[in-house]
This record gives sequence, structure tokens and C-alpha cells, in this order.
Amino acid sequence: MNDTLKSLRFTLLAVVAALFVSAFIIVITDIEALGNGDFGKALSTLGTAYWGLFKGSFGSLRAISNTITGATPLLLAGLAVSSAFKAGLFNIGATGQMLAGAITGLWVGFAFQLPPLLHVPLALVASAVGGAAFGAIPGILKARTGAHEVITTIMLNGIASFTVLWLLKTELFKREGRDDAISKFVEDSAKLPKLFWFMGKRIDLLAHTGFVVALLATFVFWWLLRKTTLGFEMQATGLNQEAARYAGMRTKSLMVVSMAIAGSFAGLAGGTEVMGLYGYASATVAGDIGFDAIAVALLGRSTPIGTLVSALLFGALQAGGRQMQVDTDVPIDLIIVLRALIVMFIAAPLLVKAMFRVKGEVKSFGQTFRGWGG
Amino acid sequence: MKFELRGITKRFPGVVANDGVNLHVSTGEVLALIGENGAGKSTLMNVLYGLYRADEGELLIDGKPSHFSSPADAIAAGIGMVHQHFMLVPVMTVAENVVLGVEPTGRFGSLDIDEARRMVREVSDKYSLELDPDAVIEDLSVGVRQRVEIVKVLMRDAKIVVFDEPTAVLTPSEILEFFEIVRSLVAAGRGVIFITHKLKEALSVADRINVLRRGKVVGEALPKNTSESQIAEMMVGRAVQLVVDKTEAVPRESMLDVRNVTVVEPDGRVVVDDVTFEVRVGEIVGVAGVQGNGQTELVEAIAGLRRAASGSIVLGGRDITTDSPRERHEAGMAHIPEDRQRQGLVTDLSIVENLVLTRYHDSEFSSGIRMKWDVAKTRAKELVAAYDIRTTDPAQPASTLSGGNQQKVIVARELSREIRLAVAAQPTRGIDVGSIEYVHAQIVKERDAGRAVLVVSTELDEVMSLADRVLVMYRGRIVADVDPKKVSHMDIGLYMAGSRPSGAVA
Repeated sequence: MNDTLKSLRFTLLAVVAALFVSAFIIVITDIEALGNGDFGKALSTLGTAYWGLFKGSFGSLRAISNTITGATPLLLAGLAVSSAFKAGLFNIGATGQMLAGAITGLWVGFAFQLPPLLHVPLALVASAVGGAAFGAIPGILKARTGAHEVITTIMLNGIASFTVLWLLKTELFKREGRDDAISKFVEDSAKLPKLFWFMGKRIDLLAHTGFVVALLATFVFWWLLRKTTLGFEMQATGLNQEAARYAGMRTKSLMVVSMAIAGSFAGLAGGTEVMGLYGYASATVAGDIGFDAIAVALLGRSTPIGTLVSALLFGALQAGGRQMQVDTDVPIDLIIVLRALIVMFIAAPLLVKAMFRVKGEVKSFGQTFRGWGG
Repeated sequence: MKFELRGITKRFPGVVANDGVNLHVSTGEVLALIGENGAGKSTLMNVLYGLYRADEGELLIDGKPSHFSSPADAIAAGIGMVHQHFMLVPVMTVAENVVLGVEPTGRFGSLDIDEARRMVREVSDKYSLELDPDAVIEDLSVGVRQRVEIVKVLMRDAKIVVFDEPTAVLTPSEILEFFEIVRSLVAAGRGVIFITHKLKEALSVADRINVLRRGKVVGEALPKNTSESQIAEMMVGRAVQLVVDKTEAVPRESMLDVRNVTVVEPDGRVVVDDVTFEVRVGEIVGVAGVQGNGQTELVEAIAGLRRAASGSIVLGGRDITTDSPRERHEAGMAHIPEDRQRQGLVTDLSIVENLVLTRYHDSEFSSGIRMKWDVAKTRAKELVAAYDIRTTDPAQPASTLSGGNQQKVIVARELSREIRLAVAAQPTRGIDVGSIEYVHAQIVKERDAGRAVLVVSTELDEVMSLADRVLVMYRGRIVADVDPKKVSHMDIGLYMAGSRPSGAVA
């Protein structure tokens, strides 16, 4: 069996294992039923919950739309983490880079009057550039001073959050008549079209063409890795910096470039949220996406296709979780537990290996985290 | 005590690492286990030491079948192992390290360090190991550290001591001392298994030699009626050229001119001290010396991985002192680095990718930002064939190759283009006899094709047989520049140790 298939099967097993453990949690927390000794009811709760999870994620066009809506920023931010991983950098700063991209995209979105065919791409480019510029900072800091990117990206997340909070209250960004941190709307010409526009005026289909942007970005990431000298340099540096230096690669500039590329993906995540979903920016526009993106990248083994699949999975869990909460008393928080379990099973391959008696060597994920020490 | 392995078979997915291996060793004798890398020596020892469980076969102690399910069982049965990589705590003293895990305790469980010291002194005296129980490990030389490991094993009352490639890290004189220790162990009624891939060592210290090839014992030999080339042939499975086959060098104009180069560490230590030499077209210059005397830093300064604090480096008339590694590469310098895993290869990348690691920016392999992977693949197929790289598929990661084949990947990449100077550091470290022969032949071929070649090696035999001119480095300086045909190994050994043969003019 080749490596890709093996790791795919392994990821799948981790998801199954997590679903099992979550099922156990659902059953034992159904206190009412258990108190009456009614195991049958507890099991039917479980059935309803998991049916809801599926129905809410793939059961209807609306469910699929919700899955895609959730997956779009996760995919772009996930690429930000994956691409940095490939270059041996651990980018915790997707949140900050998203905020930077959201703000630059927002500004282009409302400050110009242009036809949509120009305005949308221009605003997207602005988001990517904003994210790239913000992402490059930890790269420069590492190249120049050796400051570890894990520390600097976390700190820069804080800086970005509060800068955005302040910016949103300035005259330039502030929405008329509002005192809280909420921005003007972008011009209609800068709004990303809905993905299911051909379905007429159904306002419940939130999915937007930001998803197409995300798919294109995934392709760019793949192309970069497989087809370009830069991608080759990034991977060589990420896997063995000493060898890259020996081979004449400029490893320090590569750090900056890699972080800028990562930042541009995250910036697009922020921009597409503003231009596709909200139409404006608030201080919470990035939410937890930047952190969930780390799990997405980890689950997807930092490959383009893996990141895409795991972003869709996380998007589905999020959309399905809401349905599950409606259908049963199982809170949506369980989804957080489920996601955490998936990541845990992925990070502890021996556990899954033992559970499913998988034969052969399992490559540890420890390797993904190389660069922690340096 | 007699220790015996009978019909040991150990399989890993896709390989049979040990295939029906029989061997036995008794107290009072030295058994050398010799084989190329990947022949299954380490697997066999891990089976013996309880780290792996054999799929088939049995272990017999004095004729009785035994089972080891962990190293603790092996230790209890009287087997001791001195690993190639020492397991010592650098900041602790000799006595503290030796008793780690079997601490003698006083009342209330407090560590009785005096008892520990006494125990170390006792063992050390008995085998004349000359260990100071209060010395801190990090202050000790590699040879002394190895003796600490030996004491550790002896204190656990090992009847059979297994040494895994014990001489790889030792200097020539330390190797001789090590052999003395082995003899005194045997004289004191212990048995020794000595794992090595060095023929000379096996012949000089062993009572019997078992040769392992592809997981099987392919022969047993007694040193007194066996020659080096016979054993080499058993190891490789064909006749092997042990001496480098080359003609007289015909040096021409100077290609590499290193003048007054000094390299200083960030902490101010001078590691290369005012070094001047030249390498001419058509000659192989060898740099000999004990590891850690500035050879690594000198090579890095020449290759551009380290900046020289002063002095100049000229390649073919062009001053490259401040050039980047890539500029030097493009000026015609090939560099085979001393550590193939750490520097020479990205082992997680494919063989194809590794074959273009230093060359991907050439117009042959890329145009602008686009990589021409199809060209790289075709080229890789040619190189795999031309340089005899043993692989089923060049798309496999380089980590799947044996050490010798990994080295061939580097040699192929560095020497398969138009170059003017080849710098090879430790070109045959840790690779098998067959590959050594091959790499040496390639290096001589480069010389004969009109390139200048600089070879740096801590293996004195290698430098002496390969080089046309030998420089000896000691404490960052070049202390000798000699013709290897006119000086003895002994004399070079003296230079390497910092002294000077009587009557010699450097």
C-alpha cells in the first residue's frame, strides 16, 4: 500500500475513533435517561444526534451550503498553516493575518467605486497583500534575530486584534450611527457573488464564491509545492535547513517569503469573510478560525488535498453540530470535543494503531512539529 | 558460559533482516561479527539484547533455551552491551553515571557515593582502565567515555560483553588501547562480541570471525589463516579492490589557492589558524587529522558555509572569499559534505529531488520559477544507472537507501557536471566496502579527468592510499605537507598527535 493511502486510511480511522468516543460521551451525559435506567432512550438520543450531524452537514442543499460556508475560511486559514509547516515554520498567527487581510480588503471594498469585475479582484488582492505583509513580520524577526515564530505570531495576534478594534472606531472605518466596533459595509460591487446564485433569491444559502477563491488557493499551493523552484526550496528548508543552506538556498529570505505566502492565504480568509459572508468587519471577524486552522492543517498532514478535505470535514462538523443541537439536547460544544478527539487521535498514532490493530509502521506526527526547538 | 543463537530469523515488512542465523560465543573468547551496513548486524544484536523478538529460532545459554523479552532479561542473564552512541549524563561524574539505575544506598535510601567511587576504582584497577571516579563526563575524551560505558557493563556483572562498532569514534591510539581492554576482559574470563565493518580490526583482535551478508552468516574465519581480501570478498559477495588503483599524479596549474585563512568561532576560539595551501589540477590533496582539529571548519570556509575571518580563497584565478555557496558552486566547485544525512541530503525528499538539490536552479532543470521535473526524472534515471545507485524507484525517499547508496547519490549529483574542483569531506564514512571502492574510483577518475581534488578524512588509511599529497591538520594548523609514498603511517600518526617524527622536516 502506498504512503498516501496509508495515511488516508489512518486519518479516517482517527475520525471513526473520535466518533466512537463522542458517542460514549453522548450516552453517558444523557443523565435523564440513564437515571431511569432507560438505555434504549440514551441510544436513540445518540442515533438522533448523529443523524442530525449528518443531516445538518450534507442532508440538503442548505446543509451543504452551510458546510461550504464554514469550510471556506478554514481552508484558506488552513493553507496558511500548512504552507508554513511545509517550510518548517509553525504559524500560529493565522488569526492576526486574517484580521490584517480583512481590514485591507474592507478598505478597498468601501473606499473605491469600481465595476464588480475590477472591484472584487482588487479587494481580494488587497486582502492577500495585507495578510502577506503582516505574515512577513514574524518571518523577518526570525531571519534577523532568531525569534521563534511560535512566540512572535501569538503576540502579533494580540497586536492585530487590538489594532483592528481601534481602527474600527476611527472615522475612516466606523459605521455611521454606531458606537461599537463595527465597520461600514463594503460597496455592493466588492461583494463576492453567492455560490448558489442560480437558485434564485434563497437567502438561506449563505455559501459564497469565496469557496472558489479557496479552491484556487489550494491549487496554487499545490502548484507551488510541485512545480516551482520556490516550493522545492521551501520544502528542502522545512525538512532539513542545514542541507538547504549547503545546497546554496537562501534560507533566511525563504523564511520571510514562506511566511508572507502563508499570510496571504490567511489574509484571503479574512477578506472573503468580509466580502462574501458579512459585508462588513467586526472585531470578531476572525473568531477561532485561526486556531482551528492549525487542527485542519494537522489533520490534512499539511498537504494541499489533505487540507482541503479536513477543512470540509470541520466545516461539516460545524454545520451538522448546529442541527444536532436543534434536534436533541446535545450541545454544539460536543463538536469541539469531537474535533479535539480527532486531533488527539491523529497526534497519538499508536493509540489508533492499537485500537484497530493496524499493522506496520505509523509515521508519527512529531515530524510535522519540527521547528519547535529551533 | 556459552551463549548461542540458533536459527534466528527476524522479518520486517518487506525484508528479512536475519535469516536463520547461527552463532555462538563462550567466555574467554572474542567473536567478531563483521558485515556491511544493512547486513543485519544491528538487528541481530537487538534480538540478542532483548530489544526485538525473533520470529524464529532460539537463544541458548549453556545449552538451555532462554527468552529475553527486554534488555533487563538480557542483563540478568549476563549479557552487557556497549552501544555506539554512549548513554551517559554529561554533567554527572563517572561514579554517578556508572551506578545510575543500580545505586548503592545507605540508610534511608540515600545514595552512597563513596561506595560508588570504591566500586569504580575496583573495576578500573582490575582492568587497568585508569578512570577517575570524580571526573565529570563532559570533560572526558571519547575514548575515556567509552571506558566508562565498559565499567557500567562490568558492574552489572556481564559475562558476555557486546561492542557495537566501538572504534568508529576513536583515534588510532585509542583504538590500540581499546584492543588492550578487550584482551584484558577476555583474560579475566569474559566473552566479547565485537561488531564492526572494519576488516583490520576484526583480524587483529578476534579469535573467530563471523561474516554476515544479507541477514545470513555466510562464513566463519579464523584470523590466523585468513586475509583481509578473503573476508572482504565474503562480505560483499565478490572480489573487492582494497587498495586504490591509481597512476602517478601529473599535477599542473594551481586551481584552489587557500592563503592565510583563519576561521574564528562566535565564542572567539580560533578553529582554523592561518592555513595556506594549494590544490593543483590533476592531483588529489588529502587532509589528515584526528576529528575536531579544524578540518570541518576549513571545508566549510572553502565551500562558503562559513566566513573566513581573514585570508583569501581563490578558485581558478577568481577570488571567492566572500562568495555565497551558490556562487562557488557555479564557479565550478563540487562539495561532498562530511555528514550526508545532516547536510548532503534531504532524506525525506525523493532520490530525484536529492539529485537536483544543488542544481535545481540550473537552466537544465528549471526555467524561471518552473521546475522541469520531467527532465530531472530522466536525468535521475541516467544517474541511478551510471552511478550504480541501488534503488527500485528514484521516486522513493532518499531515506530508503543504504548509507553507501545515499553517498552515491551525493557523489553522482556533485560529480556529474562540469566542475573544476571537488571537495570531498569524509567521503566514505560509515559506508560499506563495495561503496568505498566505488567512491574512491570516482574520485581518482575526477583527478584523471583534469580536476583538482581535495579530500578530507579522519581515516588515515583512506588519505594515505587516495591522496597524492597529504596535509596533516592539528589544532587548526597544517603541521605537515608530505608525500604519502615517502612517509610511514607511524610518522603521520605522530603529526596527527601534534608531535614531530625525529629528523623530519615539515
